[in-house]
Amino acid sequence: MKYNWNWLIFWEPAPDGVGVYLSWLISGLGWTVGTALAAWVIALVLGAAVGTLRTTPIRWAVRLGNMYVELFRNIPLLVQMFLWYFVLPELVPTTIGDAIKQLAPPWGSYWPAVLCLGFYTSARVAEQTRAGINSLPRGQSMAGTALGLTLPQTYRYVLLPMAFRIVLPPLTSEFMNIIKNSAVALTIGLVELTSRARAMQEFSFQVFEAFTAATVIYILLNIVVVILMRFVEKKVAVPGFIGSAGGPQAGH
Amino acid sequence: MISIQNISKWYGTFQVLKNCSTEVAKGEVVVVCGPSGSGKSTLIKCVNALEPFQQGDVTVNGISVSDPKTDLPRLRSQIGMVFQHFELFPHMTVTENLTLAQIKVLGRSREEAGAKAHALLKRVGMEVHAEKFPGQLSGGQQQRVAIARGLAMDPIAMLFDEPTSALDPEMINEVLDVMVGLAHEGMTMMVVTHEMGFASKVANRVIFMDEGEIVEDAPTNDFFGKPRSERAQHFLSKILHH
Repeated sequence: MKYNWNWLIFWEPAPDGVGVYLSWLISGLGWTVGTALAAWVIALVLGAAVGTLRTTPIRWAVRLGNMYVELFRNIPLLVQMFLWYFVLPELVPTTIGDAIKQLAPPWGSYWPAVLCLGFYTSARVAEQTRAGINSLPRGQSMAGTALGLTLPQTYRYVLLPMAFRIVLPPLTSEFMNIIKNSAVALTIGLVELTSRARAMQEFSFQVFEAFTAATVIYILLNIVVVILMRFVEKKVAVPGFIGSAGGPQAGH
Repeated sequence: MISIQNISKWYGTFQVLKNCSTEVAKGEVVVVCGPSGSGKSTLIKCVNALEPFQQGDVTVNGISVSDPKTDLPRLRSQIGMVFQHFELFPHMTVTENLTLAQIKVLGRSREEAGAKAHALLKRVGMEVHAEKFPGQLSGGQQQRVAIARGLAMDPIAMLFDEPTSALDPEMINEVLDVMVGLAHEGMTMMVVTHEMGFASKVANRVIFMDEGEIVEDAPTNDFFGKPRSERAQHFLSKILHH
């Protein structure tokens, strides 16, 4: 194989005439981060709410939560991306559908991508939240109830603070997943990092350099997430409490 | 004060409580004992409606726990409960464990709740550990904090569900001492326990349960002196001679 390596390609002007190829990648990184962060907010809020509902004694809420999770985790991410982008605007009333379709780029791709990743990941966050709450000894909610706390108070002050501490490590993985999954948004035209790397490869023919750069940027980005979440884990660690099961909180 | 009237409870088709009735008067200490699976824990959890039941009723100071109009959180806040596995909130300090419900349920100020917590921790000999987390305490210490947490609500009665059975032997006495002190002060108590020494020392009455039934409900001296039922005799001979 004959291949002309050119690691200086990043500093060569890009065909749009605005900057160099490196600025393409940095712009792509910006959209990747912007998409992942916004989707993560949706995933956390919805996932925590749905996961919590599924552990309550309220039967219809449990059933609704189960349906939600099964819906969003059983359809491939790519299909969901197409559903949000192509199908949703046709399902809503025409005026709203037209308004969605006329969103200026890149917002016409950005919002469907954010919603898609947010809802998809929320189903997984919901599963983890539920598992975290269920891993607490049953006596914990009894103790809260016996003190006269209402059900919402028992969740707010007793169950959720511990449950979230327990599921922080799997939530870190979900945060990293959402960053990686955001690459799927290139299929609906979002010019994020992977899309930029592909464009760079097409215009410059430096495929190895382009995707090496993308790989390194994704890895660095996720290392930042890991460091950040480690910091959060340390910050909220409970003295004397080890892990979810057993540990010195004793006796189970 | 606590009146249990003909309650029955089923898990599916399995009946865990069979028509149980008893009364606990103000200031009375009642010990509930019996083999495991006899329904004794379930019975005292019916008193503050932690366990629902299908038949009969429980009233506390005349208020029915099964009446849908009853403000259950309020009623529960007046009855302290101590669990086998302590169930302190692991992410809160000892003091926060004692003040949470005072502030959120009784509406006390942080200062007032803190002062109350401090006084009770002193009383159970835990004031030096006020800022520690439950995971940093021994089982006996955790259980003393749990008793103080119940007392912080100024309860009209205290329920104890096997408070010493998850403890190492050398820690049992520090917890029983606190409970004996409470009994002597006239606290109304229902205690599920196998500590027959505690029962004979402070209980006014002993209830013996087997297979979901109250088999015997007798003054303490009568129960230990001449248990009427064969099942209670059998049970006593087993746990007193080992």
